[in-house]
Amino acid sequence: MFSPLILITAILNGLLTGAVYALVALGLTLIYGVLHIINFAHGALLSMALFGAFFAFRLLGLDPYLAALFLAPALFAFGYALQRFIIGPASHGDDRNILLVTLGVSVVIENVLLYAFRADTRTIDVPYAFQTLDLGFTFLPIPRVIGFGAVLAVAVALWALMTWTDLGKAIRAVAKEKLGAELVGIDVSHVYAVTFGLGTACVAIAACLLIPTYYVNPTVGEAFVLIAFTIVVLGGMGSVPGALIGGLLIGVVESLSGLFLGESLGQIGIFLIFIVVLLVRPTGLFGVKA
Amino acid sequence: MTGVRPILAVVIALAAVPLITDSNTVLNFLVVTLLIALAGQGWNVLGGYGGQYSFGHAAFFGTGAYVTAILQVRYNANAWVGFAAGIAGGAAVGAFIGVLTFRVGLRGSYFALVTLAFAEVLRIIASVAPITGGGVGILVKLDLRAAALQFESRAMFYWFILALVAVALMIAHAIERSRFGTWLIAVRENEDAAKALGVNVPRVKLGAMVLSAAITAAAGCFYVQYFLFIDSGIAYGTRLSIEALLTPIIGGAGTVFGPLLGALVVQALGEGAKLIAGDAPGLNLIVYGAVLVLVIAFAPRGLVRLVDDANRWLSRSAKLESAHG
Repeated sequence: MFSPLILITAILNGLLTGAVYALVALGLTLIYGVLHIINFAHGALLSMALFGAFFAFRLLGLDPYLAALFLAPALFAFGYALQRFIIGPASHGDDRNILLVTLGVSVVIENVLLYAFRADTRTIDVPYAFQTLDLGFTFLPIPRVIGFGAVLAVAVALWALMTWTDLGKAIRAVAKEKLGAELVGIDVSHVYAVTFGLGTACVAIAACLLIPTYYVNPTVGEAFVLIAFTIVVLGGMGSVPGALIGGLLIGVVESLSGLFLGESLGQIGIFLIFIVVLLVRPTGLFGVKA
Repeated sequence: MTGVRPILAVVIALAAVPLITDSNTVLNFLVVTLLIALAGQGWNVLGGYGGQYSFGHAAFFGTGAYVTAILQVRYNANAWVGFAAGIAGGAAVGAFIGVLTFRVGLRGSYFALVTLAFAEVLRIIASVAPITGGGVGILVKLDLRAAALQFESRAMFYWFILALVAVALMIAHAIERSRFGTWLIAVRENEDAAKALGVNVPRVKLGAMVLSAAITAAAGCFYVQYFLFIDSGIAYGTRLSIEALLTPIIGGAGTVFGPLLGALVVQALGEGAKLIAGDAPGLNLIVYGAVLVLVIAFAPRGLVRLVDDANRWLSRSAKLESAHG
């Protein structure tokens, strides 16, 4: 049997990993909550952002945490343009078309990365990659602790944006009642694009938090996005606190099932949760029935 | 609605190709095209006629492929038996997923997600389980006899897959003519209205799912006989799921010839891209993805209906002009 110390360490590590999952899921759920679409390109965007952070470090010597300050606005702009000029117009407002268009976009992004950088897996070496925080009874990797803090900060910033700014009000209005928002003069396609951009910016920040201890290749985002889907479904589509708590929960589940079942079967655990939640309670733990 | 005659004409025309050319390149291109068309025709039954968009048809393709390979390699079964069992296996997976999802009424993006997740679970299991050969995959022994469902001439393989495609075309035709097909289309157009009119929605969807899975599984069985190899990435990877939905969407979802036309276009574009930019990984998928977005943007009803749409648009603008003139 495992000693309680190993268990506690596994749980703490799961929480730290889960925080980054939560950030990816936050972007996804934000987009779903407002546009009511599932963004299949989310994983490809994460791969893209990871490459961005990788090359910012390799070519410019930019520390990933610093790179976030540039990468987040850059991916915001990319996401904005993607929604405004491609996904929005191409899908004619039909749900099934939106699914297919985001799938098409994701196939293109992923394979452009594959074409440009090949399937090689790349990592970066930052001096603090292996530094740990001594808790007395266990050690936690510093980059993940930083990641945890950063995710909380982003979540608070997003919450503040949604609650106190005019933009946040407009986003909430469009999410609740699109037609009504349009009638009072809100530019809906602009709000859609901004939301999509915000979701993509979340992915950019997640990429910068991941890259010090993780690796990048053209399909790396795929694994994350399935986890993110699971979290979003678990937490309730469109629910921001749901995404946060769901992310932490999934991080812990993954860490514990990895401990008990081994790495590859641990992954199956996540998918099984996903399927079971979809079948038993598709509105998630925090979602409201449509 | 497509009659029997155009189907016969197309199949006969395609069947004549090996009589004109014996180029291996041409035949190989056509075999792969028909293989994707078959997988796509399977998707078309559920997605095109029934409006249930699956993102995980690899679950059926892969199961068909693995059952065919495993029965031959591990149990010394006859290849034809393996082929039939592969189709049945795919259909069984379809029934399993269908029963689970349709009973609780999953639809739209939820259904797409759940099918995707099932394919992923199967991929992970196949990549570690001993019976599937784990990460190494399974090689089927070379045995060039018709009794082993392997042919020395590529033309025979070609005619065999063409026969399968012909059956799939006839199934699509039958769906368009049948009461079941009418129910299915009613479910696609408006599920709640169909239910109100007395259509047993979960049952109709389940039927379409099983049929759809069986057709796509047949493509997987053929893959194994043709390439004599399968691994978890080919069998259950996202690539096949994407190709299966790409072909009918591009050609025209819910039409008899959509998947075939879509497969031709997709394959031709992929090969064309190779000619222009060299054979690099990812290249043809870039083209596929771009074509998918472009078709939805500019021909959302698919290429088969493009002529139709264009005519209607022209006559409408002509009418408008005369009205204003």
